[in-house]
Amino acid sequence: MDNILVTENIVKNFGDFRALNNVSIEVPEQSIFGLLGPNGAGKTTLIRIINQITLPDEGKIFFNGKALQPNDVHFIGYLPEERGLYKRMKVGEQSIYLAQLKGLSKNEAKKRLKYWFDKFEIGDWWNKKVEELSKGMAQKVQFIVTVLHEPKLLIFDEPFSGFDPINANLIKDEILRLRDKGATIIFSTHRMESVEELCEYIALIDRSNKILDGKLIDIKKQFKTNSFEVGLVTDEKDKLMQEISQKFSVSNAEFKSLEDDLKLRINLSNGDTSTDLIKYLNKRALINHYVEVIPTANDIFIQAVKQNS
Amino acid sequence: MNKLKLIIKREFLAKVRNRSFIIMTFVSPLIMVGMIALVVYLSKSSMEKINVVAYVDNSKFFSKNDFKDSNTIHYIDLTEVDLNKAKQIVQESNHDGLLFIPEKDSIEQITESIQFFSQETPSMVLISSLENNLEKKLEKEKMLQLNIDLKKLEQSDLNVDIKLSNYSGEKSSKLVNGIKIALGMGAGYVIMMFIIVYGAMVMRSVIEEKTSRIVEVIISSVKPFQLMMGKVIGTAGAGLLQFFIWAVLMFLMLVAGSYFFGMDSMASVQTAQIPTDQMEAVATNDAQFAISEILKLPLFSMFIWFILFFLGGYLLYSSIYAAIGSAVDNETDTQQFMMPVIMPLMIGVYVGFATVINDPHGTVATVFSMIPFTSPIVMLMRIPFGVPWWQIALSLFLLIITFLAVIWLAAKIYRVGILMYGKKVNYKELYKWMRY
Repeated sequence: MDNILVTENIVKNFGDFRALNNVSIEVPEQSIFGLLGPNGAGKTTLIRIINQITLPDEGKIFFNGKALQPNDVHFIGYLPEERGLYKRMKVGEQSIYLAQLKGLSKNEAKKRLKYWFDKFEIGDWWNKKVEELSKGMAQKVQFIVTVLHEPKLLIFDEPFSGFDPINANLIKDEILRLRDKGATIIFSTHRMESVEELCEYIALIDRSNKILDGKLIDIKKQFKTNSFEVGLVTDEKDKLMQEISQKFSVSNAEFKSLEDDLKLRINLSNGDTSTDLIKYLNKRALINHYVEVIPTANDIFIQAVKQNS
Repeated sequence: MNKLKLIIKREFLAKVRNRSFIIMTFVSPLIMVGMIALVVYLSKSSMEKINVVAYVDNSKFFSKNDFKDSNTIHYIDLTEVDLNKAKQIVQESNHDGLLFIPEKDSIEQITESIQFFSQETPSMVLISSLENNLEKKLEKEKMLQLNIDLKKLEQSDLNVDIKLSNYSGEKSSKLVNGIKIALGMGAGYVIMMFIIVYGAMVMRSVIEEKTSRIVEVIISSVKPFQLMMGKVIGTAGAGLLQFFIWAVLMFLMLVAGSYFFGMDSMASVQTAQIPTDQMEAVATNDAQFAISEILKLPLFSMFIWFILFFLGGYLLYSSIYAAIGSAVDNETDTQQFMMPVIMPLMIGVYVGFATVINDPHGTVATVFSMIPFTSPIVMLMRIPFGVPWWQIALSLFLLIITFLAVIWLAAKIYRVGILMYGKKVNYKELYKWMRY
């Protein structure tokens, strides 16, 4: 698969402070790419460099295989974390203005806006001033304005903040639909459950350096600990646990089940396979729960940042 | 280029549609006219107030004829009663004061010993008109004593009126000089006001974009420099429109006013019982002369210079205002940066008022009309007096060079500042931003 966006060894200094240190990322076309990192890691600086708001001190950026051009802003849609609209301007007029700045003609902008306003059922806001809208309503307008020029690359910085769950879901569905229609999405957020749900690829930036990137599923494999969660039905819980802990490293686990069973987390570090474990357990008790522990995006985030420090 | 046009259009419309712009444009000329009318009315009515002054004259130098009522003073003779009784009468009947002339032998002694009693401190105008009246009479008496022939003295009274003209023989007059001063000062003052009002408007608009958080959305589509210049130019457009509307309104009001006051002055002339035709002739002659003299001034080139210096000064200062707006989070934080911006403008106006009137081509005036931060004001004040073209060209050249440099620096601060939130900024910080 081709990469729509590649950054090569991006360096950015603010005075004595190095905000980005040789950051290289590759964003495959038509993927959802999670750009993760703690606060102040340099994510926003990287996003601003991609949007040509800030110029990098060193490094190269390729968009669609060619060096990034000033006019490429027409093919990028950016929803910044710090976002807003002119409060005293009417919704319709303002949307047309912002679309024109992205290179759309006035008529084309009107046509597309009508489509989106009908879709989101907000047609009657057209002549309202933004200051009359609620925060969630304004966010909807903001989202429409971001995607209106049908950009190849969409960059969302905390897109769900300010939305109630219903509208957040609406936006999520739209993001997936845009991806299916061919757009690539860079997605920066602290909400790990949405990373888990949406992102196919991730890159993790911590203290100006990229410390991890790749396909989320590969990273999970890399971070898995060969641990299994088991539920065993037995009359003598303590005795059984003692017996197992002599052969494997064992800790208590928490999960829901219907039985009052012995819940354990067993780590296979001594070369045993899952088959060996099942065979071993099967001889001693009834297994009513058996599942491999997969690291969550949250676990990976915390662990990777901890290792880096 | 196309995007710059879009931004200029939006900024222009945002300013022009603003309710306060509409109110400012149409109401403030009315307020101005109202103020002028009020001042005229008040000064007129205070002039028309008649002071009632009682007098006790114990000297032998004055007669009843010397205390003839004038337009502003009505005399009451209380010479028959003694001073204390007179004081009492004046207080009881609430007159404006009591003039007391004691009995003395010589004129010199009299001049020292005349007194005026009153409840409140009398106005300077009243006292000096009383003094004038007495002085005239006493001087006459003195001249009689010295055997000076009054008729001959009157005949010897002459009045010198120096006619001004330049070497090419064009006549000039003090009136024209006054007009030149008024034009120059007016132009300089208007430029200062415009820069302060519209510069602050640019600044507020930058702050508004920051606080509404739209700025990052916009600069992902356009360059920060385009946004800044679009704002500066669009706001200038709104200002020029306001100028234009004011000029039209002013013209209309002048026409209406001259019609109205023309009637009024004729009426007052008649009541004053002064030969009407003579007065009118003088008045129209003066007015015609003034108008013809104004028309003789190079009005067109003055207008061109006004526009050029105005644009130069406005671009210079409004880009600084934009940079300040970008550096702060709200308007209260701008205070520390405002002083250095307003200072040179103030200096320009005061230096202009102080030096150009006395010596339009002196060293101080010339130097300040070259310094780019004061030149738009001081040079415009000098131009009606005739400035060599090379001076104007040099001043304009320096102004252009400076505003290009300042815009370049301001854009650097602006670019960093608009994305900076929640940071208290000082000059050191601004200097750092210029190097990012």
